[in-house]
Amino acid sequence: MNAVVTILIDGLTYASWLFIVAVGLTLVFGVLKILNIAHGSFYAIGAYAAASFVAWAATMKWAPGFSIVAMLLAAVAVAAVMAPLTERGLLRFFYGRDEVLLVLVTYAMFLILEDVTKLLWGANPYYVSEPYSLFGNLHVGVQTWVGYDFFLVALAVVVGLAVWWVLNRTRQGKITLAVIHSAEVAASMGVNVSRVYMAAFSVGIFLAALGGAFTAPMISVQPGVSVGVIVVSFAVVIIGGLGSIEGAAVGALIVGLARSLAVHVAPVAELFSIYIVMAVVLMFRPEGLFQRTQARKI
Amino acid sequence: MTRQTSLNRPWQRAALALAGAAAAFGAGTAGAQETFKVGIVSFLSGQAAESFGIPAVNGAKVVVDAFNKGAAPAPYNKVGFGGMKIEAVYVDENGGATKQVQELRNLYDREKVDAVVGYVGSGDCLAVAPVAEEMKRFLILYDCGTPRIFEDNKLQYVFRTASHAAMDNVALARYLKARNVKVESFNLINQDYAWGQDSKKDFTLSMEKLYPTAKPGEDQLPKFGAGQYGTEISALMAKPAEVTHSSLWGGDLQAFVLQAAPRGLFKRTQVVFSAADHVLPGLGDKMPDGVILGARGAYGLMSPKSALNDWWWDLYSKAYNTYPVQAPYRMVQSLLGLKLAVEKAMAANGGKKPTGEQLAAALTGLEWDSPAGRIRMALGDGHQAIQDTAIGKTRYDPAKKMVVLEDIQRFPADCVNPPANMKSEDWIKAGFPGAKGCP
Amino acid sequence: MTASATAASAPALARATPRRFGVVLLAAAAFVLLAAAGYVFPRWLTFLLTMAAGNGLVSLGIVALMRGGVVPFGQGMVFAAGGYTAALLYNKLGFTDALGLAVCGGVAAVLVAAPFAPLLSRYRGIFFAMLTLALSMVAYGLLMKLDALGGSDGFNVGRPTLLGQKLPDDRVGYTLYLLTIFVATIAAVAMRVFFDSTRGLVTLAVRENELRVEYLGGSVRRAMAINFVVAAFCAGLGGALVVLSLGHIEPNFSFWTTSGEFVFVAILAGWQSVAAVFIASTVLEIVRSFSSAYFPNTWQLALGLFLLFVIRFLPRGIGSLWTKRRGH
Repeated sequence: MNAVVTILIDGLTYASWLFIVAVGLTLVFGVLKILNIAHGSFYAIGAYAAASFVAWAATMKWAPGFSIVAMLLAAVAVAAVMAPLTERGLLRFFYGRDEVLLVLVTYAMFLILEDVTKLLWGANPYYVSEPYSLFGNLHVGVQTWVGYDFFLVALAVVVGLAVWWVLNRTRQGKITLAVIHSAEVAASMGVNVSRVYMAAFSVGIFLAALGGAFTAPMISVQPGVSVGVIVVSFAVVIIGGLGSIEGAAVGALIVGLARSLAVHVAPVAELFSIYIVMAVVLMFRPEGLFQRTQARKI
Repeated sequence: MTRQTSLNRPWQRAALALAGAAAAFGAGTAGAQETFKVGIVSFLSGQAAESFGIPAVNGAKVVVDAFNKGAAPAPYNKVGFGGMKIEAVYVDENGGATKQVQELRNLYDREKVDAVVGYVGSGDCLAVAPVAEEMKRFLILYDCGTPRIFEDNKLQYVFRTASHAAMDNVALARYLKARNVKVESFNLINQDYAWGQDSKKDFTLSMEKLYPTAKPGEDQLPKFGAGQYGTEISALMAKPAEVTHSSLWGGDLQAFVLQAAPRGLFKRTQVVFSAADHVLPGLGDKMPDGVILGARGAYGLMSPKSALNDWWWDLYSKAYNTYPVQAPYRMVQSLLGLKLAVEKAMAANGGKKPTGEQLAAALTGLEWDSPAGRIRMALGDGHQAIQDTAIGKTRYDPAKKMVVLEDIQRFPADCVNPPANMKSEDWIKAGFPGAKGCP
Repeated sequence: MTASATAASAPALARATPRRFGVVLLAAAAFVLLAAAGYVFPRWLTFLLTMAAGNGLVSLGIVALMRGGVVPFGQGMVFAAGGYTAALLYNKLGFTDALGLAVCGGVAAVLVAAPFAPLLSRYRGIFFAMLTLALSMVAYGLLMKLDALGGSDGFNVGRPTLLGQKLPDDRVGYTLYLLTIFVATIAAVAMRVFFDSTRGLVTLAVRENELRVEYLGGSVRRAMAINFVVAAFCAGLGGALVVLSLGHIEPNFSFWTTSGEFVFVAILAGWQSVAAVFIASTVLEIVRSFSSAYFPNTWQLALGLFLLFVIRFLPRGIGSLWTKRRGH
């Protein structure tokens, strides 16, 4: 019984982390049709920015609880700076081109940002430790969890609900949904599509940076943190369906629970369990588990 | 970095090819005005950069500088290598073994280096060693851990100036025995690739010999670079064990410590790390007390006291504001060995820049003093070094504001390294025959 | 294809023969030129060109698929299949003939790809790319895990022989260079012929409008499946040749970034000209090599900027610089 509870809790905490990290990727693909390999780089920049902001907050002698606000501000700052730079300054020139070509463009962005990050922050590790101990510990049976892990669960729920609510219940969100369905028709109805792209991309970067910022307390922020995130985010959004927020949530849960099960029961299988799930989903429901019907153009 | 002349005209290419051939076969002219060009390959980007690559390259820069000024203590006090100024060329090891093979060829053929010192990744070492051998060019592997380089091959031009990784886990197991730590079962968490798998195997086999009744428990193999260990930590905590072993390193190790410590893993089990000294300066008080760890040699806080070590420690700390951990130590012992080999070869050939063959002959079987103790090229027909190692326990010193290592146990080279005629795995399985001087 | 289609293609073939002869002549001339140049080049340059040719073979296969409108992001899988086959045959069975190993590599890659061809022929766009990527990563995971295949460190391959002859120390690099260039030239000519054949032209039609092709009696799925298998053969050849020159193989051959680089070369080349593929492959190797040398700390930045520059300013690839737009 204890083992089942442990597996479920581990699955949930990992799934929450996955969701926060991957939701920006699915949003960017849904709206802009760009599979953003540089998503991992924005995650890393979010982590570095959080380190800098929290360190600054510490020198200002703010209360430790304020570090959460600092991390949020870090994510906002990253989006505010990087979104115009990359979207207006770079991606804009490649809109309308083949989807796979755009993947290569984002791959080039990833390479560039790797070195730019290293130039800005150096190779030394950064730690953001104050927030991690803010929420105490939770004891369940023989296990102890850090409260922060459950804070991430709450954060994932808040983020998911917020994105869903904005998309489905606000005017701007519904316009964005229209652009997701067909940019052409939306434009012909008077929507400023490039502004929608800009907004969606900014939110996508914000979410990636948010993932990085709130992961920073659990890791040592150093060159190479972006790499591990890219493939795992891909797997989550592919399983859930590109462009679907609910899909990202379900995909995260599936991957989280599958991994938790593998680690507790058969650790040997862990390495490529995620690729197999991804391949199987692609083979049988290629548009993900939350398929949108698409009209075929003749 | 010297710029290369453009190779537009065929006669220029032919001339360059001829010059390259001439240099390769050591027909160089004598003279102290010559420079000795050395290629240094290590991780300047990627996940190993912060923990191994950049500290080693920093160590190389500061040592090469000191050599060129003749500022090292005797017997290393000649300027450069035997009077020749040292010119170092740095190459990033990141990008995969295929790229490294190409880079190695470029270093020898295009940059015309006289020697290459490099390689942290075992995969990279395994890929480049036969290439250097085929090109008949001198190569020193300074860091990678796999025993397979010289256990599976006979090489003339390739050397490794540090012990291989079998030593790390044998010493760890012996430390537990020497301290009478009670072990009925031990958990394992290692990265799922060759390094983690080999470390796990060495430790498990050593424990079988030293603690015949102990059983391995949880065997976690997270992906390299995973960074998120919550689930693995739950699994480890669910299965009680006296000892938990890990060969995790770099960012993964730091993430593991940051995530496991608040959950009480370190209080429930004696954690032993095989190669963890490099995370101590960064983690500081976030590293729990009482963790048993090694540094893959008598490095950093466990280095033996000597004039040479004091000189090296000051040299590095003044330049980089932090003390040297294992990676720069392995780099400096490699460069010291190279220096002596070059000077020995020059003494034998009348003062000319030595060829690859002469360097190889000089380094085979050589012994020299390094800041980590005596290095002896005793295995692999004189191509593989052995050295002493040490294991210690962490304690955070609030006065010094850093982690110190206590309860340090030194292990002589002959205790934790296999003899010349046995493969490491066979030696451990046979119960360490011929081990000498063990505490 | 129907009888009427074959009848219609007969005069087309007759017209194409003089042109085909011209292609063969051009290829032979290029081979002789490269062989002579390789004789005087420094060793690092012939090695670089050998790698470019071997990698170019993989990109050639990708171009075949691009002509059908899909871009595979997982050719690393078949590249690794060819390489591992050659390496295993060498080490386990003692089969050392370089040419034989190359062909075996191609065949093995076909055997690995064939079961997936019918499945993959149903996909387009980003899903084709993602499924091929997922498959190549599963292969990568397997290769990392299986100790029998060397695990994550991979293993080494010794010096091959050629047609029964042992290769002397000073001639190894040049001989393998010649072999790789030779195989690449043959493959290039064969692919040019294939592209201009009925099947190849149907593939181009698929890229334009699949529905029309189906209505005209062609089978889109069959065309794409065949292209996938052909691409696999090229990649397997390339993989084996690369492994023989490199002397080492590892699971990284199947990693997504490796596949990404092959795709980049194909995009840099464009899908019109076969020669452009090998030129593009050489350009990438040179840029990579010199960025490493001149920017050891920022070579990723240099490479990324180069990629962007190419994608931005050469939208239809290098090949578009000298091929005429043909009714497109």
